[in-house]
Amino acid sequence: MLNLLSPGKIFEISSKSTKYVFVVFIIVLTIGLTESLFLSPEDYKQSHSVRIMYVHVPAAWTSIGIFTVVAFLSIGIFIFKNKNFFLITKSLVPSGFIFSIIALVTGSIWGKPTWGTWWAWDARITSMLILSLFYFMYLLSWRIISDQEKAIKISSLIAIIGAINIPIIKFSVNWWNTLHQGPSIKIIGETSIHSSMLIPLGIMTAAFALLSLLIFLMKFNTEMIRIKNKGLDRL
Amino acid sequence: MVKKVKLRIVFLLSLILSIVLSVYLILKALEKDVVYFLSPSDVKNLEKIASKKVRVGGMVKDKSIDINSDRINFVVTDFKNEINVSYSGSVPNLFSENKGVVVEGFLQDRNYLKAVKILAKHDENYMPPEVKEALGGK
Repeated sequence: MLNLLSPGKIFEISSKSTKYVFVVFIIVLTIGLTESLFLSPEDYKQSHSVRIMYVHVPAAWTSIGIFTVVAFLSIGIFIFKNKNFFLITKSLVPSGFIFSIIALVTGSIWGKPTWGTWWAWDARITSMLILSLFYFMYLLSWRIISDQEKAIKISSLIAIIGAINIPIIKFSVNWWNTLHQGPSIKIIGETSIHSSMLIPLGIMTAAFALLSLLIFLMKFNTEMIRIKNKGLDRL
Repeated sequence: MVKKVKLRIVFLLSLILSIVLSVYLILKALEKDVVYFLSPSDVKNLEKIASKKVRVGGMVKDKSIDINSDRINFVVTDFKNEINVSYSGSVPNLFSENKGVVVEGFLQDRNYLKAVKILAKHDENYMPPEVKEALGGK
C-alpha cells in the first residue's frame, strides 16, 4: 500500500498530521485527567488509590497492543522482505517500551498500599517484565548492529519471538494463581468495573493511544529526514 | 525468489513452534513454582510439609480474626478447606474479613501456618461505595 505513495507525499502527511494529533491528544488528555482525577468516585475498598488504575491499565494495554502490531509487521518484514514496514516498527517500539515501564512502575506504586508489597514474582508481573525486556532488546538490536540489513532481520526476529509472551501475559491470571487480580473487562461476560470508573478508563486509553501515535509520528518523521539526508531513496 | 519466501515461512514456523513447545514444557514442569500461592485445599493434599517458606492464599473467614496482645490469628479458607494462620506484625490496609489474602510463612502442619508476611489480594471488582451499599455490601 505504501509503495503506491511517493516518499515526499508520505512525509508531507506524517509531518503535517503531527500537530493535529498533538492538539487532539491534549484535549482528550485534559478530559481524561479531569474525569479520572476529580469527577470519578473513589473505590469502596481501595478508596483513592483506584485512580492509579487510570494510568496503569491504559499503559499496559497500549504497550501490549503496540507489541502485537510490531510482531505482525515483523512477520511481513521477515518473510516478504518488505522494505517499508521496518520504518514503522522501528518508530513504534520506543513508545511501547515507555508504556510497558509506566505500567510496571504504576503497578508497583499501587501494589504497595493495596497488597502491601512493591513487587511480587507472580506470573502476570513477571511476564510483563519480560515484555519490557523484549522491547529493550529490540531497541538495543538497532544500536548494536550497524549493518542495516542485519538489524532489520534480527530486530524482527526479536519481535516475533517476543510475541509468544503476549498470550501468556493475557492469560497468566487465569492459568495460575497470581497476586494480580483477574480481568475486570472480559470478552465474554459482565464487566466488573462500575460505569463511573469505566468511562474515565476508556478516555485515558484513548489519550494513551493518541500519545503513542504522536511519539510514533515524531519518530517516523525523524527517520524519514535521516533517509533524505543520506540521499537514500528507500521509500 | 518464491522458493526463498517459502523457506523463510518454514523457518519462522519451526522457530515459533519450537519456542512455544519449550516454553510450554518449562511452564508445565514448573507449575508448582509458577503459581504464586497454594490454596488451603492444595495444602491439604501436600505429600509432605516442606520446611521452606510457602504462600497460602484464600479468603479471610468471616468472624475469624482474633487479635491478642501481639499476635493476630485468623482462618484462611477456600470454602472447601481451611487453614489457621498466626501472625505478628503490621497488616496491609485492605486486610479484613471476607477479603482475599496471601500469607507467606512456614507450615507447622496441614492446618496451621506461622506467617511472616501478609499480602492483601485485591479482586477484580471496582465500584463506588454507594453502589457497594446498594448491593448490600458484604
